[in-house]
Amino acid sequence: MRLLLALLLALLPVAAPAQDSLPPAPYAYRQLDDPRLEREARDLMDSLRCLTCQSQSIADSDAPMAGDMRHQVRTRLAAGETPEAVRGWLIGRYGDYISYRPAPGATTWPLFAVPVLLLVAALLVIARRLRGRSR
Amino acid sequence: MIGWRLWLPLLAVALLLGLFALQLGRPKDDFVRSALIGQPLPPFRLEPAVPGQPALASTDFADGRPRLLNVFASWCVPCAAEAPQLTALKAGGAEIVAVAIRDKPADVAVFLARYGNPFSRIGGDPYSQLQIALGSSGVPETFVIDGQGVIRHQHIGDIRAADVPRLLEELRDAG
Repeated sequence: MRLLLALLLALLPVAAPAQDSLPPAPYAYRQLDDPRLEREARDLMDSLRCLTCQSQSIADSDAPMAGDMRHQVRTRLAAGETPEAVRGWLIGRYGDYISYRPAPGATTWPLFAVPVLLLVAALLVIARRLRGRSR
Repeated sequence: MIGWRLWLPLLAVALLLGLFALQLGRPKDDFVRSALIGQPLPPFRLEPAVPGQPALASTDFADGRPRLLNVFASWCVPCAAEAPQLTALKAGGAEIVAVAIRDKPADVAVFLARYGNPFSRIGGDPYSQLQIALGSSGVPETFVIDGQGVIRHQHIGDIRAADVPRLLEELRDAG
């Protein structure tokens, strides 16, 4: 019985050594005082990819680096930069990958062109059918 | 008359499946590379990461000598694993400077005492600000910086023994 208990205890998850011992950056978990700026920061952070957990946004992730990126976003907005300028600055470091908002570009243009082409094709088909029926 | 048109949807599906097979057959690549290769280092000035060792600033790179810039942290296990390779790089003639991410001076000192200190300068980056400005997405990473302070190459992940000659060559090319 005692052995079983010891084995069960051994199965309990042991807290892994902390990733790093520093506290989070000041604005990682603290909102900006100005609610309008905080809303802008929130919208931007929701559409920036966390580099540690690549399918989360930095607003969703508890990774230390995501916290540091939130700190960057909030302090930059508080210093007067526009959200799109901050997004542009990050894209300049990490490429389009950092942003969840697709922008038309050399590799992404089909994404924007295909719906338009399909719409035009559908309209053509409808127009032909309607003409065929009226005849 | 209509014969060949009957095969068009099948052809379209075959093309689509072919595209899937091609893309799925590629090895997975999760690395997010820096977009700053070929561009100058962003201006920065860091505090010393550990007492008794000079700190790091972007102006330290403009003296005509190429360097390795190692992004590491004392809490990062692969950083400890690549320590012998950094020592080998130093023995191979590389000058290595470093930035310690989210680290305490006492922890950095313990790390250096345990795994060796091949660095001529170490700056501390408590909020990953330089790391983000470099387009670096984790620890460890190693950048090759030329004598004009331009980023020439980025090595993502720990340096393995096989990477040492390649990095020395990159460093020579940057010189």
